[in-house]
Amino acid sequence: MATPVLDKVEKESAASPYITVTFRVRRFNPEVSDAVVWEDFQVEIDPKERVLDGLHKIKWDLDGTLTFRRSCAHGICGSDAMRINGKNRLACKTLIKDLNPEKPITIEPIKGLTVLKDLVVDMEPFFQAYRDVMPFLITKGNEPTRERKQSPEDRERFDDTTKCILCAACTSSCPVFWNDGQYFGPAAIVNAHRFIFDSRDEGGEQRLEILNDKDGVWRCRTTFNCTDACPRGIEITKAIQEVKRALITRRF
Amino acid sequence: MSADTTSAIGPVEGASFDVDNPAPYIEAPRKRTGRTPRATRGNFEMAAWLFMRLSGVVLVVLVLGHLLIQLFLDGGVSKIGFAFVAGRWASPFWQVWDLLMLWLAMLHGCNGLRTVINDYAERANTRLWLKGLLYTATVFTILLGTLVIFTFDPNIR
Repeated sequence: MATPVLDKVEKESAASPYITVTFRVRRFNPEVSDAVVWEDFQVEIDPKERVLDGLHKIKWDLDGTLTFRRSCAHGICGSDAMRINGKNRLACKTLIKDLNPEKPITIEPIKGLTVLKDLVVDMEPFFQAYRDVMPFLITKGNEPTRERKQSPEDRERFDDTTKCILCAACTSSCPVFWNDGQYFGPAAIVNAHRFIFDSRDEGGEQRLEILNDKDGVWRCRTTFNCTDACPRGIEITKAIQEVKRALITRRF
Repeated sequence: MSADTTSAIGPVEGASFDVDNPAPYIEAPRKRTGRTPRATRGNFEMAAWLFMRLSGVVLVVLVLGHLLIQLFLDGGVSKIGFAFVAGRWASPFWQVWDLLMLWLAMLHGCNGLRTVINDYAERANTRLWLKGLLYTATVFTILLGTLVIFTFDPNIR
């Protein structure tokens, strides 16, 4: 039994799965220059690996000064959203083979936020908008002695928007946010939606009033960039439309 | 990183950047911060958004009907003259039609341009001037058109 397995391993190593991929990374280091430089790195990589693995190889083996955020590396923490081949994605969920490795793979920081170094951006305006919609349970009256119960149907109502990981891929793909960072942005509206349509929450009216602002949901131009960018597949534009509908039906 | 440290703004005296003297960040012109004013209460933006949808639907009927009557039916564009306009505006129905079309189209277009200015003009001053120009032109056109429709005199020499 051992022999055929050994044969197979030898055969696989003979035909190496590794290919050479060019990573074209947008570099910015304020401690060296105020200019932005595109730098090419040649990396030996298995096409079944992810872009994040390529960035790791660059940082660990080629150039230790390459700076990017990543934490869990498995698409949950939302740290490594970046613009890969002109599209906002998570580096840890994008496979090399899905990107046409023949051509250089361009990697940029997400747009619309201040670049601090290489692929690291200042997320503060993004989280400020998130805080502004009060993303926590608001209730009135006394606390119940047991858990707050909810029917499966009521839970289903806002299920889609609970999936948000706050990676900012949607907000930084929004053309309105690029031009005017005052807009709440899709991510904040998604997280408001998660509580507005929660049957246990009683702060929906307050949140709707906040999103009725001139920089609120009415600035959405339904370009669907956010829905395309979302690595969790949340129907973001639909959520924004639902908030708009709730605002209109509340008034009339 | 490569030794390519050329500056985007050219060699300026004292413009070499290092750890103690980092390059300035290119900040977004309008950032959301904790001090961003919670400006608008009231439903103006919602009303504007709803108006765009509703007026758009009405305008489809009004404008397509207008184009059909003016350009295609009964001799087409060649029939249009002073007499044709005078004959149409003798009827209150066409007066109301044209008045409605004027007001809805102007407000619809004005509101559309207002959102474009809001989206694209970054500096507060640019916004102010562009919007001022826009509102002036809109009010002027609406008032002039309304005046003409109501004071139209078919017997003018």
